[in-house]
Amino acid sequence: MNNKDLLNLIDITVSFEGFLALNKLNLNLKKGELRAVIGPNGAGKTTFLDVITGKVKPTKGEVIFKGKSLVGRKEHKIARLGVGRKFQSPRIFENLTVKENLEISVTTPKSPLNLINKSIKDEQLNEIEYLMKIVNLAQKVDSKAGSLSHGQKQWLEIAMLVGQKPDLMLVDEPVAGLTDEETDLTADLLKSLSGENTVVVIDHDMEFIRRLDSNVSVLNQGTVLCEGTMETIQKDQKVIDVYLGRPED
Amino acid sequence: MSLSKIKFDKKLVLSFWIILIALIIAAPTILPVFRLNLLGRYLSLSIVALGVDLIWGYTGLLSLGQGIFFALGGYCAAMYLQITSSSEFPNNIPEFFALYGVEKLPFFWEPFRSPVFTFFAIWIIPALVAGLIGFLVFRNRIKGVYFSILTQASLLVFFNFFNGQQKLINGTNGLKTDVTQLFGQMVGSESMQRMFFWVTAILVIASWFFAKWVVKGRFGNILIGIRDDEPRVRFTGYNPVIFKTIIFSIAGGLAGISGALYTVQSGIVSPQFMTVPFSIEMVIWVAVGGRGTLLGAILGAVFINYAKSLVSEALPASWMFIQGGLFILVVTALPEGVLGWIQGDGPRNLLQRFGLKRKIETYPSLEINNKEGNNE
Repeated sequence: MNNKDLLNLIDITVSFEGFLALNKLNLNLKKGELRAVIGPNGAGKTTFLDVITGKVKPTKGEVIFKGKSLVGRKEHKIARLGVGRKFQSPRIFENLTVKENLEISVTTPKSPLNLINKSIKDEQLNEIEYLMKIVNLAQKVDSKAGSLSHGQKQWLEIAMLVGQKPDLMLVDEPVAGLTDEETDLTADLLKSLSGENTVVVIDHDMEFIRRLDSNVSVLNQGTVLCEGTMETIQKDQKVIDVYLGRPED
Repeated sequence: MSLSKIKFDKKLVLSFWIILIALIIAAPTILPVFRLNLLGRYLSLSIVALGVDLIWGYTGLLSLGQGIFFALGGYCAAMYLQITSSSEFPNNIPEFFALYGVEKLPFFWEPFRSPVFTFFAIWIIPALVAGLIGFLVFRNRIKGVYFSILTQASLLVFFNFFNGQQKLINGTNGLKTDVTQLFGQMVGSESMQRMFFWVTAILVIASWFFAKWVVKGRFGNILIGIRDDEPRVRFTGYNPVIFKTIIFSIAGGLAGISGALYTVQSGIVSPQFMTVPFSIEMVIWVAVGGRGTLLGAILGAVFINYAKSLVSEALPASWMFIQGGLFILVVTALPEGVLGWIQGDGPRNLLQRFGLKRKIETYPSLEINNKEGNNE
């Protein structure tokens, strides 16, 4: 652990009635880093995000974010501290318009009094306009989010994530169901976000991960199997065995 | 939403209001006092329905216990009327106390001597009780069907408590208001009932504007967000507990106002206001009128209740079947309620079925917009 780290996961264990979803997982993230997390099904990738965002309380271990422990904090408090999350399947508010969705994410403070009393600040409106441009949804401002295509929904959710201005962005399978072109655009977008933000991307898509050109952590059976660049991990025998498939002989 | 739809909605809402206001102004002259009084009662019920729409239609909280807050508002109003009209009774306390040998006014009646206190109590007490129940339930993340069961159980607790307290609030007999005095007149008199009709009509409109103000903008969007995907709202940094508590409390306050108006127009408040079927009926009014439309809640409450009294006069005992049938019809055929159906594609689909309108061949949004010349 050192001062440059934004997030430290220390010996995280999550047990669901005896089943160890995470087993003494250790992971450190530097400020501004882009990190990809891969792993076979059931490796604990989503539980790993659940622990950071407060959805699941670890049975053992400690989560340190910006020097503060996150364990035991409520989800909305963690979100306000600066942890943003994009879900596996796009979770946007389908009955609200694109603009209303973005309003929800950029609004601060997120108190009822602020929402009911005051109209949205100009700088937040500008922010929304900017976000809609970068995700190509400017034409769809007043469309119901439910009427968007799958790719557009993914992008809207990413825009909502960015609009929250989190220090740490957790992105769960952002390219599931996207076309190749959209996948490339998403990779570029995420790369451009890192540096200023710290981004963790979880995905299965190896092409996509390669395009991110970042450090990769491989999860297996609830623990970190190996860390390094794409080239290093592709040569790692343990990774080849569990993730890339044991040669069937 | 397409432009044409927004315009259509605006026209619909505007014409509705013109008709409603014209009817309200005309009602006292064209309706006999008996019917006017019924209409006044049903209009007052539409205020509790507005609250149900806020918590259920917008926020997704199906409360089966709104009768609690409705009755609390009614009791507040009735206690004030009873105590200010008790000067000729023994010990200067309401008449019923003598039946149970009570000689001293129970302490919680005292503040109800004040009209100002009562004016605020009618909506603040139900709102506080709702806020407290809501906070405890929401903080423990009880939702969905468990929330509904819990509210119904609370309703039964209140019902049994009020039913059993003869010495405090006349138990199962309730508190009568029609023979009490207000501004030197009998509450049940014709002129007072006319006045209550006007007060109710104004408060229905005021409550509608208030509810509209609550759901418009970002606050209302968060409510819809909670209804559709509460965890997502949490992860965006909002605390749903606070929002749900506030809206449940608002619905409680509206229920209190509604109960007070209903009480003075029906002449009595009793634990019957807290029976299970009555609170379920409130939900049915909103379901039939149209969830999440506000207007639908008002229409549902007034029309279903008016139909209930008309049907019950003509064919006693058949109303329950009709009400049940109506509910089944709405659940199966019109899940958005009557108003939701009208605002949606309902009428268009119906006309198409009878060949009165050309069928849409591609995506509705494309064709309808192009045809009506709305190229956004």
